[in-house]
Amino acid sequence: MVDLILTQTLNGLASASSLFLVASGLSIIFGVTRIVNFAHGSLYMLGAYLAWTLVSAFGAAEPLGFWGGVVLAALLVGLLGVVIEVLVLRRIYQAPELFQLLATFGVVLMLQDLALATWGPEDKLGPRAPGLKSFVILFDNRFPTYELFLIAVGPLVLLILWLLFQKTRWGTLVRAATQDREMVGALGVNQRLLFTSVFAFGSMLAGLGGALQLPREAVNLHMDLSMISEVFVVVVVGGLGSVTGAYLAAVLIGILHAFGILIFPKITLVLVFLVMAVVLVVKPYGLMGKAPIGGARGHGPAEPLLLPADKLTKLAGLIALLLLVLAPLVAPDHILLTLTELVIFALFAASLHFMMGPGGMASFGHAAYFGLGAYGAALAVKWLGASMEPALIFAPFLAGIAGVVFGWFCVRLSGVYLAMLTLAFAQIAWATAFQWVELTGGDNGILGVWPSAWAVSKTGFYYLALGICVLAILALRLTIFSPLGYALRAGRDNPLRAEAIGLDVMRIQWVAFAVAAFAAGIAGALFAFFKGSVFPTYMAIPRSVDALLMVLLGGVQTVAGPVIGAFAYAGLSEQLMKATMYWRFGLGLSIVLLVILFPRGLVGASLMLRERWTRRPEPAARVAVEGGR
Amino acid sequence: MNAIPQLQGAVPAATQDPVLVVRDLQKSFGGVRAVDGVSFSVEAGTMLALIGPNGAGKTTCFNMLNGQLRPDGGEVVLAGRPITGMKPRVVWRMGVGRTFQITATFTSMTVRENVQMALISHAGGIWSPFGRARDRHAEAADALLAQVGMLEQAERACGVLAYGDLKRVELAVALANQPKLLLMDEPTAGMAPRERIELMALTAEIAAAKGIAVLFTEHDMDVVFTHSDSVIVLDRGRLIAHGTAEEVRRDPNVRAVYLGSGATSGGH
Repeated sequence: MVDLILTQTLNGLASASSLFLVASGLSIIFGVTRIVNFAHGSLYMLGAYLAWTLVSAFGAAEPLGFWGGVVLAALLVGLLGVVIEVLVLRRIYQAPELFQLLATFGVVLMLQDLALATWGPEDKLGPRAPGLKSFVILFDNRFPTYELFLIAVGPLVLLILWLLFQKTRWGTLVRAATQDREMVGALGVNQRLLFTSVFAFGSMLAGLGGALQLPREAVNLHMDLSMISEVFVVVVVGGLGSVTGAYLAAVLIGILHAFGILIFPKITLVLVFLVMAVVLVVKPYGLMGKAPIGGARGHGPAEPLLLPADKLTKLAGLIALLLLVLAPLVAPDHILLTLTELVIFALFAASLHFMMGPGGMASFGHAAYFGLGAYGAALAVKWLGASMEPALIFAPFLAGIAGVVFGWFCVRLSGVYLAMLTLAFAQIAWATAFQWVELTGGDNGILGVWPSAWAVSKTGFYYLALGICVLAILALRLTIFSPLGYALRAGRDNPLRAEAIGLDVMRIQWVAFAVAAFAAGIAGALFAFFKGSVFPTYMAIPRSVDALLMVLLGGVQTVAGPVIGAFAYAGLSEQLMKATMYWRFGLGLSIVLLVILFPRGLVGASLMLRERWTRRPEPAARVAVEGGR
Repeated sequence: MNAIPQLQGAVPAATQDPVLVVRDLQKSFGGVRAVDGVSFSVEAGTMLALIGPNGAGKTTCFNMLNGQLRPDGGEVVLAGRPITGMKPRVVWRMGVGRTFQITATFTSMTVRENVQMALISHAGGIWSPFGRARDRHAEAADALLAQVGMLEQAERACGVLAYGDLKRVELAVALANQPKLLLMDEPTAGMAPRERIELMALTAEIAAAKGIAVLFTEHDMDVVFTHSDSVIVLDRGRLIAHGTAEEVRRDPNVRAVYLGSGATSGGH
């Protein structure tokens, strides 16, 4: 027993090292640029792929060939970091956090297709490291020397980082910029150079982390997202911006994984989840993290006035609804199918908008609740033998309960922290669906989720979906203008003032989170019956991003926005998918361009235009407000 | 159903007792005693100014009264009930209104909606997911806005108001729960001199009419001397003077703090 514990501890420590390399890179970049680099997992993946190519080219048997390949791969990834920083990030440092996250996610998509085009879809098996191929006998267990080497890498890099930050001018600048960016700028430091070098350095660490994985696991195209979600957990637990925190958390998570495999081989992520929960309850900003200065929800830009729809807008909505109701009379079957899907996605987008717009909580993992709704329906059909009607009622509750549980943690955080945590939860939900094969069928999904006889025709199901989605969207809308919706908005606009007039902001947000999850669950359940099957991809990260894009396209600040955004986006991406097999690249590129061209968002851009058109004498008043701060 | 629950008259039952009693308040930050044994009280319908040089502990003291900070020691009693260490939203429910140094309003709402929000919360109606919030307590909100002279601008967005007007809206919001005590942190900061006098005159008038006790911190000595019934002076976390504006003005300790080296302030 003792030897088992010890070997698993060593295993955990070994896997912690790569995790730490990637997480520390992410943390350092965030510290200076305030950008959470979603593409950091992709840089890790590219490090592994590049190392595979270079090591093969240089000769894996030679120490120089292997280690030279690993180091060069890390340096190349650092160089790629420079390219990304100069082309993308440099242009969006002033954009809202959410758009920055989204832009780096665009980079994720692009790099994914680049890797696919370069290395193909097959896994690449790496060679073992020359000189470290043997085993050491520890407590009667054979333990690979390479693992021992990896265990040493973590603390070694931590030491190097510490020396770098304490003893060099560059390190001092990085620390200074992490504490007070504006001050460093005011002191005449070349910020551009600093930001680029920091990004390159952080990228290099990620690349090194990936390259060092070469002898341990096969290189594949899923490494990026699985790594980034684990890294998000690590930085949330360790504290964003703290390198030491990243190491502690990486060790903690690494060891948890190692033991989780022994205890709950199917659902190791549940353990991680529980530990994260405990840490967040005790220290909301992580083991070594500090609360963001001035509160993450401090004085952002003033939110624009939200007014109920005027007569014209209502009329337009009514006409649109009428057209949708009449559509089956004229539309051919394939159009009707597309319309059904669009209507379901409109509800999905509206549910995300509910927590993101009035609630101010941007979720990067909203697909979890969509997927749980779908799985709720499928599981009810498969295991309980339920027909469509009870399954449709049961499913949203599964999503809603998950919203209650996950939301409890999420509302404790805000901004990018909240985004990272929602993503980590979605990843946990996805992994559970993927790994728990007995219950969910794993990758094969659950088939045979068919509607009842009366709704089995295309027109029948279309009307079912339209009816439920329209009612649900209207209910969400009603709530936004109710006292509860106002209280939610109050908490977003100014939490300090909200608390000072007796509002329990956290609890209100918690309720909103659960409501949003429930509504997404309705959409997911309908989607399951629409497709006749469910798969883990329903709750994968790309689906979460779909929802985000729909909301952002339509505009966070308007209530009708997400519905329009859903129609626009779903139509667009379908065309893209038809046009090219590298649709991810196209989508990623569009996201990046969108953020660069409209750093304030589409609605921000249109508001700016409108302000220019109307030119009311307001600017003077606004200057007075800012002057008073 | 939309009526606001009435408090038992605006003036506390026992008019003689102070509305706010603070006893031996203590707070340290890593060994530094930010507030060190401060005691004072505020009577209904009166204005008490809390002054002192930068770093004297005014804001720390203030934040312990409204619940943002938990004191290390001491007691805060509101109308006979201890409120020490309670959360801001609980303190508010017990009858404490407040305004912030940097105005805090809901920018996505109109002026009237800002006040309505506070009224809805006061009436315990925030959990209702149906019915339009705009229809609730509209008349009561307009009455409060009329009181602070902001009724004409009720439909405007808070995000576009002039700073002085924003302060008035905040005052109306702070009055929405019919407070026994009003806490105002640097109420006139960032305002033009004439606006300052107007706002404080308005506050004094409302306080006197409704029997509200007002405690405010202030840098502008003109405002302090014109609009306070009494003044307390903090220096390095300790209370060094307490009296009418005139008494405090003549106090040698206070003069030393504001003019001299601070050596005679009886610090540590």
